[in-house]
Amino acid sequence: MALEIAVKVVAVLAAFLVLPLVVGQTEHKLMAHMQGRLGPMHAGRFHGWAQLIADGVKFAQKEDLVPDAADKPVFKLAPAVALLPYLLVILFIPLGPGDLVGSSLDMGLFVVVALVGVGVLAVLMAGWSSANKYTLVGALRGAAQLMAYELPLVLAAASVAVAAGTLSLPAIVDAWNPWWLLWQAPAALVFFTAGLAEIRRPPFDAPVADSELVFGYLTEYAGLRFALLLLAEYVGIVVISALTAVLFLGGWKGPGPDSLGWLWTLLKTGALAAVVIWLRVAWPRLRVDQIQALCWKGLVPIALAQLVLTTAVALAL
Amino acid sequence: MDTSRLGDYAVFGVLLLAGFAFVAAAMAANAVLRPSAPSKAKGSTYECGVDPVGKDWAQVQIRYYVYAFLFVLFAVEAVFLFPWAAVFRAFGAAAAVEMGVFVGVLALGLAYAWRKGVLRWR
Repeated sequence: MALEIAVKVVAVLAAFLVLPLVVGQTEHKLMAHMQGRLGPMHAGRFHGWAQLIADGVKFAQKEDLVPDAADKPVFKLAPAVALLPYLLVILFIPLGPGDLVGSSLDMGLFVVVALVGVGVLAVLMAGWSSANKYTLVGALRGAAQLMAYELPLVLAAASVAVAAGTLSLPAIVDAWNPWWLLWQAPAALVFFTAGLAEIRRPPFDAPVADSELVFGYLTEYAGLRFALLLLAEYVGIVVISALTAVLFLGGWKGPGPDSLGWLWTLLKTGALAAVVIWLRVAWPRLRVDQIQALCWKGLVPIALAQLVLTTAVALAL
Repeated sequence: MDTSRLGDYAVFGVLLLAGFAFVAAAMAANAVLRPSAPSKAKGSTYECGVDPVGKDWAQVQIRYYVYAFLFVLFAVEAVFLFPWAAVFRAFGAAAAVEMGVFVGVLALGLAYAWRKGVLRWR
């Protein structure tokens, strides 16, 4: 059992360190080409593939700056609090059928939703402990946004749980059927949108809002701590894309043998991550009041209606 | 079955520790590699290069507290949905009706807040 645990922990850590870099590099190149640029071309010679590794090496050598006015222990702890919940979520995401999952806990979906909810704590810690006006405004925007969007996220996840009759993520994929694409479509849309807001990606990046708040709640961070907070954002993209793929797009299910199922999970996750990047290029930032209105007047009513629909259909089947 | 479940929790705990170890190792490597030249200017609060105005802690009007209240009400109730979702099939129509009442109350609460103008940004 000790060996099994070690293998799983190493596998999850590897995914945690590799996938965000792949997404980040894809973002560099995809964004660049969408905007008629080339993006990084130098590091590693071939189309700048090593750019993020070079960035990491640079960040590791940067001075560790903590503002004199900051609440230092909280300030220093915030990057870890931002990063670790997403690491733990990866443990629950089934890559393929059978044993290709870190933990098939019966209440996996519940734990995953709870872990994603920790993000708000990190935002408040980072912004408030910095003792800076920009970070405080950014943190409060972030807190309002993350708390509001957790609700449609949870309700959409509950809809899937009702449809599948279980909270275990592998069992949900097992129960998945192509016609869920239609039946659960509103929930999928709500979940993905709310997920975007949870990881503060454009168009929901008002808490960071570089053109008005310097860099929002991250303004005072520098060096490696800043790199860890950025890493958290990219792990967040992986996590939200993977969760959407597993809950709504059938995870490992697709043409071909089950033994290649992991490829489907990765493909679907990658496609959703590309959509996340695309949205950053294509959409202007939403205003703070628009963000709240979209949540409370749009996503929450849709999610509640979807829950009733799901229950009615599940009862009829 | 019990041992496998214990394993599920054990792997969670080990991964949490491994995560902290990762952050600690990264910061340790950073501590070895980085220069340290603290100065008054580097430690000052960043306000676009201008000397900071006022004291360390700024006062801000929190406009979001109504949303926070709403959230707490909704989230506490939403949590109960998950155990219900897991056992819903065993109880059938009765469970579905109870759930209808539950969602109805939630929807009514949201409609009330909406009508009262709470969801308007002020």
